[in-house]
Amino acid sequence: MITTDICIIGAGPVGLFAVFEAGLLKMRCHLIDALPQVGGQLSEIYPQKPIYDIPGYPAINAQTLVDNLMEQIAPFNPGFTLGERVEGLERQEDGSYIVTTTDSTAIHCQVVVIAGGLGCFEPRKPEIINLERFEGKGVSYMVKNPELLRDRRVVLAGGGDSALDWTIFLAGIAKEVTLVHRSDSFRGAPDSAEKVAELAKQGRINLILQSNITSINGNGHLQEVTVTAKDKSETTFMADNLIPLFGLTPKLGPIANWGLTIDKSAIHVNVADFSTNVERIYAIGDINTYPGKLKLILCGFHEAALMCQSAFHHVHPDQKLSFKYTTVNGVPTF
Amino acid sequence: MISFTVEDRNGERQPIEIPEGINLSLMEVLKASDYTILATCGGLAICATCHVQVLNGLDALPEPQDAELDMLDTLPDADSDSRLSCQIRIDETVDGAIFRIKSEEPI
Repeated sequence: MITTDICIIGAGPVGLFAVFEAGLLKMRCHLIDALPQVGGQLSEIYPQKPIYDIPGYPAINAQTLVDNLMEQIAPFNPGFTLGERVEGLERQEDGSYIVTTTDSTAIHCQVVVIAGGLGCFEPRKPEIINLERFEGKGVSYMVKNPELLRDRRVVLAGGGDSALDWTIFLAGIAKEVTLVHRSDSFRGAPDSAEKVAELAKQGRINLILQSNITSINGNGHLQEVTVTAKDKSETTFMADNLIPLFGLTPKLGPIANWGLTIDKSAIHVNVADFSTNVERIYAIGDINTYPGKLKLILCGFHEAALMCQSAFHHVHPDQKLSFKYTTVNGVPTF
Repeated sequence: MISFTVEDRNGERQPIEIPEGINLSLMEVLKASDYTILATCGGLAICATCHVQVLNGLDALPEPQDAELDMLDTLPDADSDSRLSCQIRIDETVDGAIFRIKSEEPI
């Protein structure tokens, strides 16, 4: 088990800067992020976009800001668990927590800081009768192991690149492939769209356009898919697997079940120290809300600094905290 | 003034008037008007949590750009009259339009 002082959920700019502020107060940090790299939205979504409201930088490229933050926190040697989503939180008798991830990584910490930004991205689920009933019983939202679909009757739904790419791939190994799309054209890569059209022309896949899957059925495992066309006509056919591929949508995920006060997917915090209603759990950055909240990176930095002053009392309950400027002390390492 | 109508998830309509020349997106106006939309990405057309259906005035709006169309194509409940409100600027092109909020209700 990993042991640390502060477990930070989210390795975006605010989570990274929290490591620096914690380090100044001699608190060690471990960060968890569902993405395979640090930087959050900045690295994942707009790495080359300039940001104009970081003090001291008239303009800074998003990825450069992340790189600079990594350099800034390097002296404090934080730990990272990347590519794993936070799953569980277990309070210990002494008030500390054990945080676990989907891959069973366990982190024992004195304080949990949620710096989750938009939240974690989960598959977008279409409105299909019985959909959730067959999750894991024929319905999945991603293809983890294509071999499991060999010689099976597979139905895919969606019109983006993922739906096109998997349709093309599975046409080579599945017994039967059907792609259902609500429109009559595809926005995915033109080359992929052409390949799908050609496969349909050759009769190697079934292409059902201007239609939606409306219900599924089976006896314990998926057996039937019903498709409704724009003209309201219905068709039901046999299927072993259904893979809806409608991209990802931001959700709080398991954090929503931790007893935190949540409003519109944002966590309520005390503006004095950005603590939540649950002792030793803090929320900083875009994931929190309070009167006057501004979703700005620099506001998240401020929140990180105040959070650490408060968290110190949980990590070092027997020590007195005296505030010092970095101009006086520099950046002392552990 | 620019006038348009917003229909919430319960079908209730509310007229909204915005002075001309204000550089806001429809998403920003919806949030400022206390409609429950997440708009989590802040206007980057990457989360689709500000999805609206244009019940009237679709033809007057500027054509959606690639980023918006790419996002809309990933939505299972999008249709030909779907738009992302973060990509619609409040100007004379929205005058008289009717928008229905389509994105799911936040927690």
